[in-house]
Amino acid sequence: MSKVYYTEDHEWVRLSGDEGVVGITEYAAQALGDVVFVEPPAPGRVLAKGDEAAVVESVKAASDVYAPLSGEVVAVNQAIVDQPGLVNESPEDGGWFFTVRLSDRSQLDGLMDRAAYDAFLKTLE
Amino acid sequence: MTETFSGSHGLSLEEPLLFEQGSPQQCGVDLEPVPDVVDRLGGMRRREAIGLPGLAEPTVVRHYTRLSQKNFGIDSVFYPLGSCTMKHNPRLGEKVARLPGFADIHPFQPDSTVQGALALIDLTAHWLKTLTGMPAIAMSPAAGAHGEFCGLLTIRAALEDRGEQRTRVLVPESAHGTNPASAAACGFTVDSIPANARGRVDVAALKAKLGGDVAAVMLTNPNTCGLFEDEVLSIAEAVHGAGGFFYGDGANYNALVGRVTIADLGFDAMHINLHKTFSTPHGGGGPGAGPTVLSPALAPFAPLPAVVHDEEGFHLVEHASGSGRKPCGRIKGFHGQFGVFVRALSYMLSLGADGLRQSASDAVLSANYLLASLAQDLSPSFPGPCMHEALFDDRFLKDSGVTTLDFAKALLDEGFHPMTMYFPLVVHGALLIEPTETESKETLDRFIASVKGLAAAARQGDGQRFHAAPVHTPRRRLDETRAARSPVLRWKEPG
Amino acid sequence: MRYLPLSDDDRRDMLATIGVASVDDLFVDVPLSARRDRPLDLPLHATEWEVERQLQDLAGRNLTAGAAPFFLGAGAYRHHVPAAVDALIQRGEFLTSYTPYQPEVSQGTLQYLFEFQTQVAVITGMEVANASMYDAATATAEAAAMAVRITRRDGILLSGSLHPHYRSVTATALRYAGYRIEALDPDPFNLEDLLGRIDEGTACVVVQNPGFFGHIRDLSALARACHEQGALLVVAVAEPVSLGLIEPPGAMGADIVVAEGQGIGNGLSFGGPGLGLFATREKFLRQMPGRIVGQTVDADGRPGWVLTLSTREQHIRREKATSNICTNSGLCALAFTIHLALLGARGLAGLAALNHGKAVQLAEKLERIKGVRMLTPAFFNEFAISLPRDAAGVVETLAERGILGGVPASRFYPSYPELAGVLLVAATETASEADMDTFAAALKEIVS
Repeated sequence: MSKVYYTEDHEWVRLSGDEGVVGITEYAAQALGDVVFVEPPAPGRVLAKGDEAAVVESVKAASDVYAPLSGEVVAVNQAIVDQPGLVNESPEDGGWFFTVRLSDRSQLDGLMDRAAYDAFLKTLE
Repeated sequence: MTETFSGSHGLSLEEPLLFEQGSPQQCGVDLEPVPDVVDRLGGMRRREAIGLPGLAEPTVVRHYTRLSQKNFGIDSVFYPLGSCTMKHNPRLGEKVARLPGFADIHPFQPDSTVQGALALIDLTAHWLKTLTGMPAIAMSPAAGAHGEFCGLLTIRAALEDRGEQRTRVLVPESAHGTNPASAAACGFTVDSIPANARGRVDVAALKAKLGGDVAAVMLTNPNTCGLFEDEVLSIAEAVHGAGGFFYGDGANYNALVGRVTIADLGFDAMHINLHKTFSTPHGGGGPGAGPTVLSPALAPFAPLPAVVHDEEGFHLVEHASGSGRKPCGRIKGFHGQFGVFVRALSYMLSLGADGLRQSASDAVLSANYLLASLAQDLSPSFPGPCMHEALFDDRFLKDSGVTTLDFAKALLDEGFHPMTMYFPLVVHGALLIEPTETESKETLDRFIASVKGLAAAARQGDGQRFHAAPVHTPRRRLDETRAARSPVLRWKEPG
Repeated sequence: MRYLPLSDDDRRDMLATIGVASVDDLFVDVPLSARRDRPLDLPLHATEWEVERQLQDLAGRNLTAGAAPFFLGAGAYRHHVPAAVDALIQRGEFLTSYTPYQPEVSQGTLQYLFEFQTQVAVITGMEVANASMYDAATATAEAAAMAVRITRRDGILLSGSLHPHYRSVTATALRYAGYRIEALDPDPFNLEDLLGRIDEGTACVVVQNPGFFGHIRDLSALARACHEQGALLVVAVAEPVSLGLIEPPGAMGADIVVAEGQGIGNGLSFGGPGLGLFATREKFLRQMPGRIVGQTVDADGRPGWVLTLSTREQHIRREKATSNICTNSGLCALAFTIHLALLGARGLAGLAALNHGKAVQLAEKLERIKGVRMLTPAFFNEFAISLPRDAAGVVETLAERGILGGVPASRFYPSYPELAGVLLVAATETASEADMDTFAAALKEIVS
C-alpha cells in the first residue's frame, strides 16, 4: 500500500518501497493556472532535500518544484513535458513529475500526511 | 451583426500578414544600377534567395495604416496605467528630432563636427542634474532597468575601490521585478523587505537586515503603491550609517519633478525614465532612456562615454586613461539614446522650470481627484493622500464573480485603456491608476463615470458583461495558454 | 502651458472634491528639507517657436552627413529611409501606444512585431527571433549569457573581429556573473586563430561577420569546431543590409545571431536609439531573453497575437529572470519592418549589391593612392585601409575641409600603436562618385 506525504511547498510524494513519486498538489496547480511548460530533472540526477528539482511555468507564474526528499531520480514523466496541461487535469495522479529513490528514509518524519496538509491549507486562507 | 463577404466591418478592417501578400517581382523601393566592378565578396555570396515577399508602396502603406487602426494610443484614449506615466507626447519633439542636424549625424564623426550634438547631451544632462540636485549623471542607459543596472554597477565599483566586498542588496517586496533582476545581474543577492500596514516599506525590518555586507538599499519613491516613503530620510541615514549606498528607482519621478530635490532625500543614484516623466513617446514598447543621476561618491565610477566641456568646446570621453575617471565600464553602444534626448529636451524647454513643477502638482492633484471620486465605489488599499497614482485592490469585487482582469477587459469596451493590474503584488488583485497631468477634467470625469457604472454592475451581479468583455475591440480575449503551450513565433512558408 | 489641460477652475473643483485647501497639502509626506521652494536655476516655460529656435541653433552646429562627402561606418550605416517609413511610424496609434499588454487593443503592434520576428529570422537564416532589444552591443551580452545557460559552461571567447563596443558592453554586463571572458586582440589582418582556443569549458565563441575591419569570413568550419566541442557559435552583424548579399550566419551554422538593426529603417541619429536583433534555433527558444510575440486565436476563433513566454521575464521571475530587460526598441523595430517590407527580397538584394558595388568603386580609387594599403580583401560595404600617417590626424584634417572620411581605428584602440594608421571606410548607396573623387583627392594630398 502506498502512502502519500505532503510538503509546505505543496509537493506530494507517493511512497512505494524505497521509491517516491513526486508531483505538485491540486492547490498548487490551481494557483499556477494553466501550465504551459515543465522542465523535470534529468534521470540519474542526485537530489538533496530542498534542491530545485524541476521548473513549472504557467502563463502568469514560474515556479520551482523542490525535492521533498534526498535521492536519485530514477524516472521522469515525459507525458507532462509533451502535454503540460496534464498537470492541471490530474496533478495528484497522471500529472506526476519524477520518481526518486530515497537515500534517507528518516526524512519522511519531516513531512505531513493528508490530514496535516489539509489543516495547513486552511491556515493559508 | 450582418456578416460581410470581406470579413471586414466598415472601418474595422481585417488585414492579413505581409507574407500572404505581394509577389517576388514587386518592390517598393527604386534603386540605381550597380557600378560595373568586379566583386570582392571572397566567394561568400548568398546562395539561397531571401524568403521575403515583394510589395509595392501602396500595399505597404495600406497594410500598416490598417494595423495602426487596431491600436489604442495616448493620442486617442486615456491610459491610466500606474507607474507608466502615459502622458501626451508633444509633436514638437518629433519635428525637432528629425532636423538633419540631429538625425543625419554619425556617432563617430570628429568632435569638432558635432559640437551641437554634444552640447545637446550636455544641456539635457544639466536639466536633469539641476532638477534632481545631483552633481553627476550617466547618460547612456537605454531604459529604466538599464539605469538600475548602471546605478548598481557604479555602486559595486565604488565599493571595490574602497576595498569592500558587500554582497547583499535590500529591495522592498513591492518593487518592480526589474529591481531584484538588476541586482542579481550585478552579482548581488537580494533580500526582500515587506511592506507595513500603511503601504510603505517596513523600516524596522529594513534596519534589521542592514549590516556590513549590504551594498545598497533600492527604494522606489513614491513607491509602487503610489505613496511617498515618508521615512526616506531615516532609511538614507541608516543605510549610509551601515556603509552602504541608497539607490532610487525614479519610475515615479513625475510626482516630484520641480517640487522635490532628490539629493535632499539622501539618494546616491537614481534613474530617470525619459519616456515616462519627460514624455518621450512609448512607441509601442520603446525606445526609451534611463539616464542615472549620481552622488559625488559615485560620480567617478560612471560608465563611459561622458560629455565634457572645456575652453575648446565639448568633447566625448570614451576611454578611462588620463581622464581621472574610474569608469565601471561601458553599458551601451555609441553615446546613449540621442534621439530620445532631443525629444526630452524639447519637452523640458517647452515646460520650463515652472511648467515642470506645475505638471507634478497637476499629476498628484489628478490622482487624488480619482482617489476621492472612486473611494466609495472601489476599495482603496491605503488611506490618502496618494501621490501621482492611486492603488485599489479587489475587495470591492468580493463575491461578485468578477476579477480584476474581468474589470479591466470591461474598461476596454468603454474606450479606456485599463489601469495597471496585479501590480504591486503586496495587495490582492491590484488596480493602480495613474492619470498624469495631461488629461482634461472632462476626461477624468468620463472615466470616473465609467468606473462607477462598472463597479455598480459588478455589485449587481452583471457577471455576463464582464466575462464576455471585451466585445467591441478588434479582437476578443486571446488564448494565452495556447500561445505559450504551442509557440508559433513566426510565419513559415507552407509546404 | 500648452500641454497642461487643467484650468484654475478645474483645479479648484478638484481640490474641493478631495477636501484639501491646496495641492501643497497633498505633498505632506515629503520632508521639508527636500521641498524645492526657491526657483530652480532653469529657464521658465517657452513658446514652441522659441524652443524650435534653440534646438535649430544646436542642430546647426553639426556637420550633417548629407552636407559632406561621407564615408563612415564602424557600426552605424547611412542608408536612405523611404519617406513612407517615417510617415507611417508617426501615426499616433504606433507612436503613442504602450507595450501590448492588452492584446485586444494592440493587434496592430502585435502583428507588426510578429512580422518583424519573421523577417529577422529569415534574413539571418535562423528559426526564431524576439521582438528586439536595445542594440547590438547589449544583445551580444545577452547572447553570451544565454549560451552559458544552455551549455552550463562558463567560458566566453570574444573574437577580435567584434565591434569594440559590443566587446566592452559584454565584458561590463557580465563582469559579475562569474564567467571567464577571453577577449582577443583587434584583428585588422584577419589572422586570429579561434579554432585552437575552443575547449570543453567554452560556452560560446562570439564573432562578427562582416568583422569590424570589414572582413567577410566563412564561419562553417568554426561552427563545426564549436559544435564538436559542445560549444555554441554566436554571430554578430553590425550592418543588416549585408544580409542581402552575403551568406547569412544561420546558413553557416550559427546558434545565436545578434545584429544592429539601425541600418534598415532608422537614420544615424548620432548612434541612438539603436535596434538590437536577436535570433536563434527553436530548441533554444525558452532561453531567449526579451519580449516575444506568439500567434493564437481569440474567443471567436479568429487569429490574433499576444506577448508570450513572459514567465522568463523579470516581472515574474524577479532575480531568477533570464535578463532584466523590460523594453524592446518598439518604434525602431517598426521602422525596420516597414522598410524591409518595402524592400522585399528583390530590394534587399539589390540594395546590398549596390552598396557592395559602391564600396568596391571607392576601394579602387583609394588603392591608387601611394602609401595607402588595402587590408580587407573580401568586404561588404566597409573595409580597412592602412595609411602612412596617423589616421586620427588625417580624419581631423579631412573634417576641416568638410569631408567626413572614415573612422580611425585608434579611436577605439588608443593603446594599440600598430593600429594608429588604420582607417575604416564605408560606402553605401548614398555615396556619389563625385564625393568619392573629392575624398580620394583630398586623402592623396594629405598623405603625400
